[in-house]
Amino acid sequence: MLSSLAGVLFDGFAYGMLLFLLSVGLTVTLGMMNFVNLAHCSFAMVGGYATVTLVNKLGWPFLATLPFAFLTGSLVSIALERTLYRRLYQASDLDQCLLTIGIVFVSVAAFAWLYSTEQQSTRVPEALRGSTQWMGVSFGAYRLFLIATGLAVAAILILGLERTRFGARVRAAVDNQRMARGLGIDVDRTFMITFALGGGLAGLGGALAIEIVGLDPTFALAYLVYVLIVVAVGGLGSIGGSFAAALLLGISDMAGKYYVPWLGAFLIYLVMVALLMWRPLGLFGKR
Amino acid sequence: MLNIRWRPLEVVFWLCTLLPFAVAPGYLSLASQIAITALFALSLDLILGYAGIVSLGHAAFFGLGAYSAGLLAKHLWAEPLTGLALAGALSGLVGYATSHVVVRFRHLALIMLTLGFGLLLHEAANSASALTGGADGLQGFRVPSVLGFRFDLYGTTAYGYALAVLFACFLISRRIIHSPFGLALRGIRENATRMPAIGAPSRAHLRKAYTLAAVMAGIAGALLTHTTSTVSLEVLSFGRSADVLVILILGGAGRLYGGILGAILYMVARDQFSGANPQYWYFWIGLLLIAVVMFLPNGILGGLARFSRRAA
Amino acid sequence: MAQALDLELPAGARYALIGPNGAGKTTLINLVTGMLAPDGGSVLLDGEDITALPAEARVKRGLARTFQINALFPQLTALESVALAVLERDGHAHNWWRGLPRFGAQLDEAQAILESLRLESQGNRLTRELAYGEQRLLEIALALATRPRVLLLDEPAAGVPRDETARLFAAIAGLSRELTVLFIEHDMEVVFRFASRILVMVGGRILVQGTPEEIARDPIVREVYLGRARHA
Repeated sequence: MLSSLAGVLFDGFAYGMLLFLLSVGLTVTLGMMNFVNLAHCSFAMVGGYATVTLVNKLGWPFLATLPFAFLTGSLVSIALERTLYRRLYQASDLDQCLLTIGIVFVSVAAFAWLYSTEQQSTRVPEALRGSTQWMGVSFGAYRLFLIATGLAVAAILILGLERTRFGARVRAAVDNQRMARGLGIDVDRTFMITFALGGGLAGLGGALAIEIVGLDPTFALAYLVYVLIVVAVGGLGSIGGSFAAALLLGISDMAGKYYVPWLGAFLIYLVMVALLMWRPLGLFGKR
Repeated sequence: MLNIRWRPLEVVFWLCTLLPFAVAPGYLSLASQIAITALFALSLDLILGYAGIVSLGHAAFFGLGAYSAGLLAKHLWAEPLTGLALAGALSGLVGYATSHVVVRFRHLALIMLTLGFGLLLHEAANSASALTGGADGLQGFRVPSVLGFRFDLYGTTAYGYALAVLFACFLISRRIIHSPFGLALRGIRENATRMPAIGAPSRAHLRKAYTLAAVMAGIAGALLTHTTSTVSLEVLSFGRSADVLVILILGGAGRLYGGILGAILYMVARDQFSGANPQYWYFWIGLLLIAVVMFLPNGILGGLARFSRRAA
Repeated sequence: MAQALDLELPAGARYALIGPNGAGKTTLINLVTGMLAPDGGSVLLDGEDITALPAEARVKRGLARTFQINALFPQLTALESVALAVLERDGHAHNWWRGLPRFGAQLDEAQAILESLRLESQGNRLTRELAYGEQRLLEIALALATRPRVLLLDEPAAGVPRDETARLFAAIAGLSRELTVLFIEHDMEVVFRFASRILVMVGGRILVQGTPEEIARDPIVREVYLGRARHA
């Protein structure tokens, strides 16, 4: 019983790390610009399909494709930001929602046309297949890799935020955009770079997700809900918040599916609604 | 504001809604679906176009109405008008209950809450398959007639029924919009901060609007059940919430006729072009959404209004 | 940011609150009207403790304000805006069954309010199409429509072009003598013309108060404020 609990916790942790990677970009850009970007998971999808193409069609090793997944996510997000998003920073929530939902629809249909609607899979290197046994619990190698990546990214982000000049600018822009501008910080450029980073991380997440949850064109919508939950529950603009919320969500989801499968996703939505009612700004939200 | 007489164009429009009986008898089923969708969009307009509440989960009330009408028909009796009343009442009750939560939030939290409620209900219906039939939907019942008119294969009765209910709800909506309450809703939409400063109980107003919208959405859902004698899980899906949002924005929110116009255009276009590959339909809808937001922010009716003002 | 404040407005007073930017004047109004919650202390209206009441309840008790930056209803006409305030006051805004034209008394009153501010010709124009000076007047109209006993004006003359200030001054001069008015202003012309008493607020505290002559002579005030700001 305990070993199954440990197993659920482990799987939940890994899943949470994946959700964190997918969500962290959105929480920072939402916190900074208050721009409701529902197309965030489309960036993830782009990264995932980049990896699929490189591995399956061009025979690249999986790990080598990850930087490219990051890159494609970045490029697509910058392209959208420069052309469409920047015109709507002052627009209403509704307009931003509608624009980004439109982009989601377009991306889902585009990838369905390019790659068909079937599930994609990818070849993971030998070292990441299989698992290790410890104290009666089986620890999947890929999931260990995922956890390591998630922790590393979290560490880099938090350190970067605290220690670098760029990080200071990001924090200032999230806290009080007007004042940041007044201090001479180029908020628009800071935002563009942050947006690119966030989109890149989403792309990376999308690539890493293939092995865990698969990839098909509906990814952009299916995981949008989870990402939004992480962002809303964690609090806009808080990296630590999205880390905590992603963990919470990942573990609850795994535990729910294992112990009360008949409840399905009901539990997650209930927890989210309850948490938002208690703390509408998220667990660690500032505004 | 003071002129609430019917404009000639409105009268012409409603007379034209009778045309399908004569000129397009083969399309009456589609027409009844359009009328139902128009009613659903009209209900969303009340909270979105007039009060400014962004809801990504309005299908929750549509689905509630659909399922309650279906369950009534399946287990008790198949008389539709009582089904409408029950569906409206039940959706209204749930709408009233959830409105207490919804009106306390704005921006992302509001979007998430409405989305969350919708997803919750969808999951609940999916899981409670003993009651709802789960993913297969509710089947095994038939609504044979309404007020003595049999539901035939051509959809004649269906369209007459749906159109009549749509018109009745439209009249009520029209009354609401031209009433002091309607003015208050517009005030909330225009400047929510100013409302308390003129002594307005904004939250009470919003709760009322949300409840009324839920009742109407529930009635629309019940209409779907009655005219198709089936309830599919899809009535509670995010897709339905997103669709009705697109339809309303396309036609123009806050203009009373926007939802109806949007429904006509959307459903006719979908009927003509969707055909074999539904996903390509969403490609064009996505592009259309982007175009509307960037270039035509008040929908088609808004664009027409702006055009006519400039031409005048 | 307001710190420790003790402020009393006698009935029918015309007080002006002046002070440099950031002194906390608008914060004070937000606290009194209920848009901000105080950390301590209380707000009393005619002896009644209204500290726990939400903003709309205070309005019903007769406390109204205008906003420094116009808080109007862009897509409502001037008449609709004022009518809305009157209908809310009379408790008719919940009515979703009767058409607006049936509320003749309220509509007439809204028209009368517009007339009192010389805005009657703009009644059917959308708020966002009005000239800035007219919008400032509409701000006051909205507050007056609630039939207040106490009126807080937050920089009524702010941004109003020179050629439109005459109308604004006429409007302020025309305010009922039974109405208690506190206005925040940077425009010294308005202050000296209308105020019977001036309070100077600096750094969240009332530095000094007195008649206009006393304040104009006060050396501390001159140094802190009047010397630097003539017409912000």
